[in-house]
Amino acid sequence: MDEGLRSELSKQGIFTVTIEQLYNWGRKNSVWPLQFGLACCAIEMIATTMARYDLARFGAEVFRPSPRQADLMIVAGTVTKKMAPQVVRLYNQMPEPKYVIAMGACAISGGPFKQGYNVLKGIDRYIPVDVHIPGCPPRPEALIHAIMTLQRKIGDQRLGGEARHFDPDAPSEFPVPNFGEHDLEPGYNPEVWQPPKLVRAE
Amino acid sequence: MLPCRGVPNDSPYLLLVLFAVMATLFALAPLAAARLWAKKFSPQKSGPQKNATYECGLESSGSAAIQFKSQYYIYAIVFLIFDVETLFLLPFAVAFTELPFGAFMAMMVFVLLLAEGLVWAWLKGILVWK
Repeated sequence: MDEGLRSELSKQGIFTVTIEQLYNWGRKNSVWPLQFGLACCAIEMIATTMARYDLARFGAEVFRPSPRQADLMIVAGTVTKKMAPQVVRLYNQMPEPKYVIAMGACAISGGPFKQGYNVLKGIDRYIPVDVHIPGCPPRPEALIHAIMTLQRKIGDQRLGGEARHFDPDAPSEFPVPNFGEHDLEPGYNPEVWQPPKLVRAE
Repeated sequence: MLPCRGVPNDSPYLLLVLFAVMATLFALAPLAAARLWAKKFSPQKSGPQKNATYECGLESSGSAAIQFKSQYYIYAIVFLIFDVETLFLLPFAVAFTELPFGAFMAMMVFVLLLAEGLVWAWLKGILVWK
């Protein structure tokens, strides 16, 4: 429908909607996160769900203890190399369509522990991240902002459109890294992350 | 049964059959609609890991149908000794200074009975995991 006509109609008190909008409206207001926390960011995540910040206002308070029922993974905290395979496997076990919020400096990049031998330098090396929230830890408002950003993203998705699960060639699972002799192998998934190219000044 | 237009009077159970059919459809239609919707707009993308047993992200090892030693339940029973003892020792300690001698003796008998149970279990060797 024409956007102008829709606007005119809504001024007259007639609300028009497409199936796609209705579907996305339901989807984005019932995002169910997977219930797990990795480090201190999880405390802020818990605070977000409690009465003071009340994530329930955004329909995302139903934390599921099983990946089968979850459609959002909030990577809240430092991902150690010991934990990374489990996080990737949990992501693989979530049904499509699924989303990831990388919460805090550690989940984005390793944060203050980036130089540590045992810390993964960002979960986006293995799984596709939809929203990154900086902060150490991010305040509950920042997590709410991330949820709202994700809601906008879900709201813009096309029905039967470009999402990954419609592409038969897209991988259904992301490779889980193994514990190698010195490090995780492979060190990153080249399909979702590439090391930044260094450009040297001449 | 009330006479209903269009329903032959000689088959009074027809309405019941109709009701049963409608009730079944009422339950099945949303399920079928959800299945159709999923087929069209949210297709499955399954894989070996997604279909694997969920064990908090770890790979499951071995079979779930294993034999578990029933000896463990004896530990649970022996634990009851301490459990019950704690339960009664706290009020005993709170009221200790006001207790008459008889109550004190009764409590001692009770505690010693429990302790005797533990000693008996210990001597029988059930605290040794075999």
